[in-house]
Amino acid sequence: MATSVSIENVSFGYGRALVLDDVSLSIEAGEYFCFLGPSGSGKTTLLRLVAGFGTPSKGRIVIGGKDVTHLPPWERNLGMVFQSYALWPHMTVAKNVAFGLERRKLPRAEINRKVGAALERVGLPHLADRRPAQLSGGQQQRVALARTLVIEPAVLLLDEPLSNLDAKLRTEMRVELKRLQRELGITTIYVTHDQEEANAAADRIAVLDGGKIQQIGSPVDMYDHPANRFVAAFLGTANLIEGRIEGSRFVAPDGFALEGVSGKAGTACVSIRPQNITLTASGTGLAGVVEEREFLGETTRYRIKTGTHALIVDEPHRRDSEPHQVGAPVNLAIDARQVAVLHD
Amino acid sequence: MTDITTIPAAPRAPLAARLGASPAQIAAIALVALFLLAFLVVPIVRVIQIAFTGPEGGFSLIHFGDFFQTSLLRESFWNSVYAASMTVVVASLIAVPLATIISRFQFRGAALIHTLGVIPLVMPPFVGAVAMQLIYGKNGSINLLLHDWFGFRIPFMEGLNGVIFVEAVHYFPFILLNLSAALSNIDSAMEESAQNLGASGFSLFRKIVFPLALPGYVAGAALVFVKVFDDLATPLLLSVTNMLAPQAYLRITSVGVADPQGYVISVIMIACALATIGLSQLALRGRDFSTQQRGGGGLARRNLGKGGTLLATLFVVITLLIVLSPHIGILLLSFGTVWSFAVLPDGYTLAHYATVANEAGPFVTNTLLYCGLAGFIDIVLASIIAYTVLRTRLKGRHLIEQMAMAAVAIPGLVLGIGLLRTYYDIHLPSGESLATFWGMLVIAYAVRRLPYALVSAKAALRQLHVHLEEAAESLGAGKFTTLTRIVVPLMTGGLLAGFVTSFATAAVELSATLILVTRPPDAPISYGIYVYMQAAAGRGPGAALGVLAVLVVAIATFLSYRLAERERGLKSREGAF
Repeated sequence: MATSVSIENVSFGYGRALVLDDVSLSIEAGEYFCFLGPSGSGKTTLLRLVAGFGTPSKGRIVIGGKDVTHLPPWERNLGMVFQSYALWPHMTVAKNVAFGLERRKLPRAEINRKVGAALERVGLPHLADRRPAQLSGGQQQRVALARTLVIEPAVLLLDEPLSNLDAKLRTEMRVELKRLQRELGITTIYVTHDQEEANAAADRIAVLDGGKIQQIGSPVDMYDHPANRFVAAFLGTANLIEGRIEGSRFVAPDGFALEGVSGKAGTACVSIRPQNITLTASGTGLAGVVEEREFLGETTRYRIKTGTHALIVDEPHRRDSEPHQVGAPVNLAIDARQVAVLHD
Repeated sequence: MTDITTIPAAPRAPLAARLGASPAQIAAIALVALFLLAFLVVPIVRVIQIAFTGPEGGFSLIHFGDFFQTSLLRESFWNSVYAASMTVVVASLIAVPLATIISRFQFRGAALIHTLGVIPLVMPPFVGAVAMQLIYGKNGSINLLLHDWFGFRIPFMEGLNGVIFVEAVHYFPFILLNLSAALSNIDSAMEESAQNLGASGFSLFRKIVFPLALPGYVAGAALVFVKVFDDLATPLLLSVTNMLAPQAYLRITSVGVADPQGYVISVIMIACALATIGLSQLALRGRDFSTQQRGGGGLARRNLGKGGTLLATLFVVITLLIVLSPHIGILLLSFGTVWSFAVLPDGYTLAHYATVANEAGPFVTNTLLYCGLAGFIDIVLASIIAYTVLRTRLKGRHLIEQMAMAAVAIPGLVLGIGLLRTYYDIHLPSGESLATFWGMLVIAYAVRRLPYALVSAKAALRQLHVHLEEAAESLGAGKFTTLTRIVVPLMTGGLLAGFVTSFATAAVELSATLILVTRPPDAPISYGIYVYMQAAAGRGPGAALGVLAVLVVAIATFLSYRLAERERGLKSREGAF
């Protein structure tokens, strides 16, 4: 049965500097939950507090209905996969995987059976007698995963698990992790700074910055309805324009205006995704000039100067399509329904 | 989902969490602190206290006044300063050219120079002193030849010259090793970028190479100065008594434990050592660039040219001969029948080794026992300190580390005097004084070598990523299991290297030994060599014992080098994570 995790008003600091500031969130049983944020946001510290490496200066952590705030790591029965994998170089793969089971005093025959099954599950049964130094990065990652899952932990904790892998392997492992998680139904907390990784896998995401939770929600929900400027900009690319809402109209000081925007009257900021702006060579709408152009493969990314703003615009690339030239005048069409209004 | 409100309130944070360490960790480090307090801090404080206590008790500078009014002691002080400074000069004359040759030029004999840098370290200066007397003394091999051929002699070994010569030949490697390490840390790109910006020749040297190499040189030179200043055995064996260390020793052993001048000299020696280390660090503040140039390929090595190669070869060969002369001398002495007023011994025999085999067995077993125990104590203490410093947040942990490292600045002689004075009146059940019990020698060795072991242990623990321990903890292993299953196995190589270093250097330590050993049956090898060498008839067996000691140290040094290499290999493979 899967386990829920609840973090209640947790603060943590070294000396005077506050790394986590009154963080609260609850993770449901069986959920694939992601802590997302830039480096220094406190996401890894939060994961380490859940694992038991450190005690919050305020607040408490409840796992499966039990307050574990002051429980040492070895009494929490959580499985942590470290960014560095942390395989013990003086033990074979099998010994590494067996370690947790030996601590649980299982009979030898059962340990051997479980180690075999765990290595089977990650696709490495043939490497049981190797030393970690003889494995590739991807193989080490799988061994680390097997070593963690074999103890059947209440919660699986993953600290930037893919950051040491190359791009292709990263995508493969991401899918594999998701598959394992779904098969085992295990509550999983995943820490990353990569929004693509988070979006692709997580059921829900908590975006952290400066030790505070910025927003919690599903990837799609947060992408479409960011709570603030930080979340809008951190989840994908966003054109943020500061201005005021007057009735159903948004106006920026340089005259940039959007009709049909709904939001509270007064100072506001709008977030427009680059793929939601359409460019035409001649037509109606906002006038602008192409400042820069980058060909990215699937899309062509433009920087368009309009008023005092420079907007990023992505156009899907089609074979042999004619790009807009740098310096050419263009017209911009923005669908107001695609615009998110931010009030803080 | 459980209703959170029904969960009982969290208990108060356990004591361990508030203190930053577990009870077992606190107990272990407390024992270490107690050991250091009893055998380092208290004895040294006692020495200082006696030096500043007047005849009627209470604080007084009267003994210091006496010191500077006694012309022999004043002279001894200046002699020690002079000998230590001149040793630095002579050692630099040997070391700086060698370091320059290996790091700045293409030279075939570079490996030879590297060997040159290790050979002297395996033999303590007092062992070679007598042999050098026979080679360079007034009636030694060289002067006999000079006199026969040219009709003059060179006073290599007269008085302080002898001390300076012997010490320089033995301690120049400290400058060579530090300086060439600093030079090889300078990336060739730094030199090239200076050249690219228009610097060349002398201005390149002055602006780039010299400032970057200076920290290495100063560190080595300061070490040489302190070593010579503190050395007791070499002047004693060369019959030079008008220096500080011999004066302190003679005062304590002939006048008595109560003679205040022994303590005044001790305080002056500590002050000089601290001042030297302090000054060198002050001079280098903000100048230690070594860590910024990890993996620097060293300076570009240029061609020496024909004349240069010849000159370099000549220099290296002559230096090699001089550096090897104590070793060759001691070997000849150990096999020679009579060697006096002659270029070489009159004949050769194995008799001295036979004498050693018959008489000196206890010296060897004592050394193995004492130094083995001291090495063991050191790695245990060093591991506990390293673990506490690097893995806990216990208050005061850095203080304990500094306490242990402070032993570096305490001359062996002074520690010996302090231990003697502190524990002389405490008696074992057998009636023997605790100070002269052989176990005290083990403790003195352990305290003196602890800094080296601590450096090894910290390096070993630093290589061990904390995730490796946390992974074990999250899989259900408590602190103790993590320690025995993960930390200790992974630190073994580094700890063994630390053990071997402690063992090897303790095996040839004589300063504290001379003070603390009262009965020959309890004496280690170093004491045996010293006693044999005192009498002309004992030189042969003394030399044979010396050869034995050098072999022990050489093998141990080689072992520790291999262990360190292996460790580095393991680490680099882990780096592939």
